[in-house]
Amino acid sequence: MLLNQFLLLAAVLFCIGVYGVLVRKNGMLVLMSVELILNAVNINLVAFGTLTDDVGGAVFALFTIAVAAAEVGIGLAIVLLMYRNRRSIDLSEADLLKG
Amino acid sequence: MFATLAAEAVSTVTTVTNDAAWFLENAWIIPLLPAISFALILFFGKRMPYKGAEIGITAVSVSFILAILTGVAWLDHRDHFELEKYGEEQAIAVSDGAASATDTVAYTARFVAAEAGEGGAHPYVAVQSSTQWLQSGGIEFNAGIMVDGLSVMMLFVVTFISLLVHVYSTDYVGGDRRYTHFFAFLSLFTASMLFFVLSDNILQMIVGWELVGVCSFALIGHWWEEKPNSDAALKAFLTNRVGDVGLLVGMITLFFAAGGGKTFDTIKINEAVVQGGVSHTALVVAAACLTAAVMSKSGQFILHTWLPDAMAGPTPVSALIHAATMVVAGIYMVARLYPVFWEGMQIEGSSINLLATVGAITVVGAGLLAFVQDDIKKVLAYSTVSQLGYMAMALGVGAWTAAVFHLFTHAFFKANLFLGSGSVAHAVHSFDMKKDMGGMRKFMPKTYVTFVIGSLALAGVFPLAGFWSKDEILVNTGGWDLLGGSGAAPGSYTFHFVMGMIGAALTAAYMTRCVYLTFHGEYRGGHAAHDDHGHDHEEDAAHGHHGEPHESGPRILYPLYILSAFSILIGFVNLPPGFLAGSKKDPAGWQERFLHFVEPAGSSYFPAVGHATPSWSLAIVASLVAVAGAGFAYYYYFIRLDRLSKQLGESLVAIPNGITTTNVFARAGHTLLVNKYYFDHLYTGIIAGFTKGPLARAANWINQNVIDGTVNKAGESAVQAGQLVYHKIDQAVVDGAVNLSGRVSDASGEELRAINSGKVQNYAALMFAGAAVLAGAFVILLAL
Amino acid sequence: MTGLLLAEFTTTEKWVVNSFWGVIAVVMVYAALRVVTTKNVVHAALWLVVVLAGVAVQFLFLGAEFVAVTQILVYIGAVIVLFLFGVMLTRASMGDDETVADEKRAMAAVVGVLLLAVMAFALVDSFDDVEITADGPQSVTTVSDSIFSQYIVPFEAVSVLLLAALIGAIVVARQD
Repeated sequence: MLLNQFLLLAAVLFCIGVYGVLVRKNGMLVLMSVELILNAVNINLVAFGTLTDDVGGAVFALFTIAVAAAEVGIGLAIVLLMYRNRRSIDLSEADLLKG
Repeated sequence: MFATLAAEAVSTVTTVTNDAAWFLENAWIIPLLPAISFALILFFGKRMPYKGAEIGITAVSVSFILAILTGVAWLDHRDHFELEKYGEEQAIAVSDGAASATDTVAYTARFVAAEAGEGGAHPYVAVQSSTQWLQSGGIEFNAGIMVDGLSVMMLFVVTFISLLVHVYSTDYVGGDRRYTHFFAFLSLFTASMLFFVLSDNILQMIVGWELVGVCSFALIGHWWEEKPNSDAALKAFLTNRVGDVGLLVGMITLFFAAGGGKTFDTIKINEAVVQGGVSHTALVVAAACLTAAVMSKSGQFILHTWLPDAMAGPTPVSALIHAATMVVAGIYMVARLYPVFWEGMQIEGSSINLLATVGAITVVGAGLLAFVQDDIKKVLAYSTVSQLGYMAMALGVGAWTAAVFHLFTHAFFKANLFLGSGSVAHAVHSFDMKKDMGGMRKFMPKTYVTFVIGSLALAGVFPLAGFWSKDEILVNTGGWDLLGGSGAAPGSYTFHFVMGMIGAALTAAYMTRCVYLTFHGEYRGGHAAHDDHGHDHEEDAAHGHHGEPHESGPRILYPLYILSAFSILIGFVNLPPGFLAGSKKDPAGWQERFLHFVEPAGSSYFPAVGHATPSWSLAIVASLVAVAGAGFAYYYYFIRLDRLSKQLGESLVAIPNGITTTNVFARAGHTLLVNKYYFDHLYTGIIAGFTKGPLARAANWINQNVIDGTVNKAGESAVQAGQLVYHKIDQAVVDGAVNLSGRVSDASGEELRAINSGKVQNYAALMFAGAAVLAGAFVILLAL
Repeated sequence: MTGLLLAEFTTTEKWVVNSFWGVIAVVMVYAALRVVTTKNVVHAALWLVVVLAGVAVQFLFLGAEFVAVTQILVYIGAVIVLFLFGVMLTRASMGDDETVADEKRAMAAVVGVLLLAVMAFALVDSFDDVEITADGPQSVTTVSDSIFSQYIVPFEAVSVLLLAALIGAIVVARQD
């Protein structure tokens, strides 16, 4: 198998994730797209770990999973707070920073 | 003399423990006690009869006593140690015959063996006792203490000032709504600072550094109900974060670069640097990054702005944290890692470097700023910034001992001044010298005397403490051989010498102004009661402050007396050669005792720093300069303004633009101030603009503000313009660097609004697109 | 299942493995596209399950079976449930939801394609025909040994991070 199979698949997933982050107005869906990005990164980590026969890749993939879990927790808390304050989780309405 | 006293004390110590070195090896108890006290006060403080103050005072007192015993043990240790280092004859000369040779050999051998046992091949003069905390990936994480002259000195200063401040606070914040909380944080601060100065590795230093920052944050915001106070606390914290990045990067660089890499041990890092085993580039990077850390923590130009704002905290806190101890953490760090700076900045034989120049600019810049302040604490705050500039400059020019000595003396007289200002403010319930003070000499004669002593010491009047330390710094700049600098100084820093001289004149002058406005002239207060230090109203009524102000109570006055005594006497511990020479029996006398005990000269982990011998001519010229500064201010304030105010029958606040319309020198001085501020303004404007976004916006902003400012300048008098710009700077830094969104985006051009839609996803799109383009460029460059 | 798959992976002919991989990859990409285009939030979460499961299979292909198992446990077991709770709590409509902004689609697509182009070019340019072989699965012992010796500091950092996130989530989301 080629290394590039995995890397290109990861790249495709990553870019789909980026597209999702940019295009979605619903906060929940943005968080899901972020998960896509993180998973793409994990594939890369494990692939390179296997390539160099180093367990570090897998270890850091595990760390990423842990961090992703934390990120979802915080992200959902923020989305809930936003929902509670504005009765909507539409990100395009959150533009208080408008200059 | 010193040694005789020391020997006397040592014998007392040894009878208690059978071994004076016990104190050196177990100095970790000193920070532990206030740490325990913090926990105790937090949990039980409110239920104690004195609301937790007694726990804090007890803990700090015991720490203080231990610190003194450690210091005494250190004096003994240092004297003994010379033998091993230089051979018998010399050792006896420096140790003043206090110890017999056999004792000494056994004593030293013990330490050498102990060090060797812990893996160190070199006999260090410092006593290091550490234990392994954990080991991971081949890296050892140790926790330990390092006791040497520098840390012993800091132990003494921190515990001493902390004890006095604790006592003082029982009166000053008495009846405060968060009295217990206040004492808890004083204890935590003391513990953190002691932890910081005792740490034997850079990891612990970072931890201590951040801990004192947190305590400072909590104590500045002690009265957080008022917005300016919590703003000031945030500003202090965030400004310090800027420098902390420098600290982290610098420390990481050292970790990887020094000693073959991967050691946190301060001594090992220093040793590697001294032996030349570290690449120069790494040292330059580390030294520059650590300088940034010093700039934030020790309030050096351009990150000094948080320190004057930090005066929003209670006055005892200002004395302890923002004058005597925490702000010198940066100076301490440089002194501790001195080889890094010595090699990285090539201090020896040079005539300019980053650290010295930052210090020199700070000396004069902050000295000038101290002139336009009406708030007595802000005068002292800028004065602190200026004095810290002296220390940074001294370290930069290679005057290690002078810097540390100035740190030592400054701690006493600046704490004295701060506590004195607190005493006055306590009486008039305000910090505004122009509105609410004046003529306080009549009401508070005791505070007046101590304040004047502190001012004289700060101004460097012979023979008070400040004179000796400031003079030593000036001599060691090695600038201007005309004045008899003997040339043994490490470099020839003429520019820094001149700045130091100007700083001396400024210091004397602004302190004269401060003393005049506060203590002389007519009493201008009594019209309004500013309840800005947290008293309950009932208590105010009990004080009867609507009548005349009155002298403070003993818990405020005694710390002031003690500190005044120290301000007068403490300079004598490091007399230059030529003063109070010793007798036959005691050859060293009082000369250069500080240097001998504090500087680890000749150790494997300290560079060979040169020492210039002071000259009479320089001392006289420096004194004349200071007297001239004071004299000018005296003439203007005590004579001219006093007369003017009496003639007009008005309070001096009401006299319009006095200084610039009547005196050509003053006008010149103020124009200088104004110009300096424009430069500053431009500078912060650009930084803030760039931080926010595109250059266009920054340019636009500068355009508006600077041109506006210039128009104002033409329209108004120089004083008013100076004041205006002063306010703008401080505000520009707050708003620009901390709350930068508001002001900068308000002032930004309409044409850039489209990008600033406020929608996170648009920003993300720009970010990803930018990343893609940059990565693309990079990839193509690599591929070609 | 793991053993079976890896046995396949090492012994079966290459084209079989590759086509199996190809099917999974296609499914994953399709599911990922559905995640970012579907108008139903619940459907998006379910499509995300497919992607995450696909990623777990990719880990198996790469011989990292412990990571694959963790992926299923943590992601599909916990994170997705969390998402569904979020959907429920924010009362997002279970049906179709017009939450895709039209005017931003083009911009986002341009950015995505640009990124993909750059990455693809870089990958093809540098790892043109690098072969990757997983010689048997990584044992859990190896992974755990590594975590608790060499990577102990990052591990501790992650535990502190999780604690902080826990407290942070409570502080942010609590009602007061």
